[in-house]
Amino acid sequence: MSYQLPKFRHPDLPVNALGYTRADYEGSISTLCAGCGHDSISGAIVRACHELALEPHKIAKLSGIGCSSKSPTYFLGKSHGFNSVHGRMPSVVSGANMANRDLLYLGVSGDGDTASIGMGQFAHAVRRNLNMVYIVMNNGCYGLTKGQDSATADAGSASKKGDPNPFSAIDLPGLALQLGATFVARSFSGDKGQLVPLIKAAISHRGFALIDVISPCVTFNNNPGSTKSYDFVREHAEATGTVDFVPMREEITTSYPAGRSQEVTLHDGSVLHLEKLAPDLDPFDRVSAMVALQRHSAEGQILTGLIYMDKDSRDLHDIMETSRRPLNSLVEEDLCPGDKVLANINASLR
Amino acid sequence: MNPTDIKNPEYFHKVVDCQYACPAHTPVPEYIRLIAAGRYDDAYMVNWESNVFPGILGRTCDRPCEPACRRGRIAKGEEPVAICRLKRVAADNKTDISARLPRIPEQKNGKRIALIGAGPASLTVARDLMPLGYDIDIYDNQFAGGGMMRSQIPSFRLPASVLDEEVGYILDMGVVTHFNTEVTSLKSVLEKDYDAVFVGTGAPRGRGLNLPGLEEAGKHVHIGIDWLASVAFEHTSSIGKRVLVLGGGNTAMDCCRTSRRLGGEDVRVVVRSPFADMKASPWEKEDAMHEGIPIYDNHVPKEFVVENGELKGMLFEKVEAQYDENGKRSLVPTGEDLVFMEADDVLMAIGQDNAFPWVERDLGIEFDNWDMPVVDKATFQSTNPRVFFGGDAAFGPENVITAVAHGHQAAISIDLFCRAEPVTNRPAPMTNLVSQKMGIHEWSYDNQVENDKRFVVPMAPLEETLRNRKLEVELGFDLSTGFKEAERCLNCDVQTVFDTPRCIECDACVDICPTDCISFVENAEEPELRTRLSAAAGNLAQDLYVSTELPTQRVMVKDENVCLHCGLCAERCPTSAWDMQKFLYSVTKAGQ
Repeated sequence: MSYQLPKFRHPDLPVNALGYTRADYEGSISTLCAGCGHDSISGAIVRACHELALEPHKIAKLSGIGCSSKSPTYFLGKSHGFNSVHGRMPSVVSGANMANRDLLYLGVSGDGDTASIGMGQFAHAVRRNLNMVYIVMNNGCYGLTKGQDSATADAGSASKKGDPNPFSAIDLPGLALQLGATFVARSFSGDKGQLVPLIKAAISHRGFALIDVISPCVTFNNNPGSTKSYDFVREHAEATGTVDFVPMREEITTSYPAGRSQEVTLHDGSVLHLEKLAPDLDPFDRVSAMVALQRHSAEGQILTGLIYMDKDSRDLHDIMETSRRPLNSLVEEDLCPGDKVLANINASLR
Repeated sequence: MNPTDIKNPEYFHKVVDCQYACPAHTPVPEYIRLIAAGRYDDAYMVNWESNVFPGILGRTCDRPCEPACRRGRIAKGEEPVAICRLKRVAADNKTDISARLPRIPEQKNGKRIALIGAGPASLTVARDLMPLGYDIDIYDNQFAGGGMMRSQIPSFRLPASVLDEEVGYILDMGVVTHFNTEVTSLKSVLEKDYDAVFVGTGAPRGRGLNLPGLEEAGKHVHIGIDWLASVAFEHTSSIGKRVLVLGGGNTAMDCCRTSRRLGGEDVRVVVRSPFADMKASPWEKEDAMHEGIPIYDNHVPKEFVVENGELKGMLFEKVEAQYDENGKRSLVPTGEDLVFMEADDVLMAIGQDNAFPWVERDLGIEFDNWDMPVVDKATFQSTNPRVFFGGDAAFGPENVITAVAHGHQAAISIDLFCRAEPVTNRPAPMTNLVSQKMGIHEWSYDNQVENDKRFVVPMAPLEETLRNRKLEVELGFDLSTGFKEAERCLNCDVQTVFDTPRCIECDACVDICPTDCISFVENAEEPELRTRLSAAAGNLAQDLYVSTELPTQRVMVKDENVCLHCGLCAERCPTSAWDMQKFLYSVTKAGQ
């Protein structure tokens, strides 16, 4: 078994605007099972961050407990990291984000970590529109404890050694929409063409950005009868449309067909091109998104791609009108401006 | 693109760059692994089977394998594995291997073969045919076997003991030697009723330069290869203090370095072409410069300067190389004054030619416009079916390893010819493809890629080697350095074999591959496909490995170019669609 990646990379690897190659965004070699979908998602995160030319030291990756939550070790080896208690990652992000709003917060969680033990935390992070990317590596089972059905396992889906699941599933995108999420997407670990631009868009979005990524567990839940296997997802995935993400500093060179395509400028100046495939969905209308999700689910389809986005999203800092400067950079003179200021305040209240 | 046919032995053979580049197709990674395992006898025998002279070639080979080595391509500044000097490690550290040499049948097959010239080509023919029961006579004008390896390669690069040992393994098989015998007539040899005759007489005629003043300078101007032979056979033991060596090939390097050992103090190499275009191997140029020998490039010799009947030096015209749009070079004079260089002796090492004054032209052997015999490139048969050519004698000057490769093929032809079978019935190579899987994520080869830079072979102190012409300059790797250098080998013969029906398209191999070799894409014609991959496949000399179509209508495409053969694709594959399989390719020898 190899414990280290060879140091050699392709000699012609492209460098980004910072002069880094993709290798500079990699982490340690994965210890997850061979073929785990989570590794593909890690690969997609590496690609997205490299292509966006993000500075690794301005990213914080946070996770809870589980196979999914191990994965931050396997990407962005030069970024900040925090492995929190099971299901408690959103609280840690909330605190960190309050203290330093200038970092990019990349939360990685699993179906257990989010939909079971972490459900309460997840719900409140969504409704507060905490500015973060929240990726759920969703495999419908508890892989770390030998593959029991998780809360996102579809009713009737059977894992490798199990009976069909008798309970109804928690649909995280549906739940997030109802809780007021401002960016909701679903994707598949086996489709980097879709996943990478979604991650980039989520990074550029201001507010809570959920990407529910179906990520097959090859060891316990990649069998016939499972609705989270590579084969099932490939057969039943229906994309809302294709997404192309153009970062702010780049010129738009691709031409897009008129009529079906839409252009959205994000708050940081980046541009999102959406080419719609699902005619019944308006991804900027919450009700339309909720209806489309329900209808596809009822038809046994898995709706993937960008499902909903609020173009005018206001994140937690906007809502609370916190200081533009990160709190952790405020020093004593900023926080205790002195007697004179206090006297003025008191005078204004008289 | 069509799916790659991995059943064609040439596909995986080409992936093993070193072996593919070797004229004799020595299984390089196989013997390097044996060296790493400390199995020097086995490593030596793998070599001996294939290239006959591991100890000699481990010191003197032209090493076409090394520029081809994948290790030299995987990063900027990364150098190839020191394949050649590892071969020497096997030769230096082996024990007595005589018991492992082929048995020579006492009952002969009744066929008699004459080999003319006792150089590497002829000796290889003897090596391959003696175990089959042939009676072999070998003729050479020197006092012992070895040919140019004895007369032209100086002892400080190749000690006589090494040469004698490896020539001896062959002659001791019972070859009847006729040394000190100059063959002056092929007709007379053919009249002795040999069943076949092999001509391996090399390219024995050194070229000279007929410049003004040559006649007067006379005895102080020498032909390089003749002078080297005269030194080797101890007819010459000194040279003037100031020596000019004309020419830029390996012979020039041997001439200048030998001159330094025979009394030359101001020894210079003067060459017409730019330094980078010189024919000499880079390491031979380095070795010469290390011994304090400057190389003057872009100097065209014009005239021998003689005063009062004594050679004083030479005049050179300075030129610069200009290349036209086809890359054809012309040397254009710069217009500067001629350059005078003092000299007591001049050695001319500007090339060598074949010469067949001893081959009568009425023997049915056709000669072409350049007065070279017409020889079949695959069978080495001349237009007289009983006469075969090989080594430099066949197609002009090459090198030892090429002569060995010729010898193997000529031996196959001679054997077929003597058994009255068509010589065009070439045997297919022996190949073997075996999984290296030992368990989950475990391989029976060392798949970790070492980061060491190429190790330098230690040398004897300069002042000692310059005092003694016979003292070997290179000391060879010691065992621990040899091991570390062997570990640099990427094991390119351990192939990544893809089994399409098992693949579930999870992308694990794509994600893990450190060098972005693997892509799953829509199929296209090769030029288009090369641009669609994770990393564009710009090295057209390296093949793409293309699978049959997968359930998503895509194909797996692997660019072989910078694959580290680290096995991570197979380790991360959940279904064993990837497997690491050792591919052994060996050129079939006569009688196999």
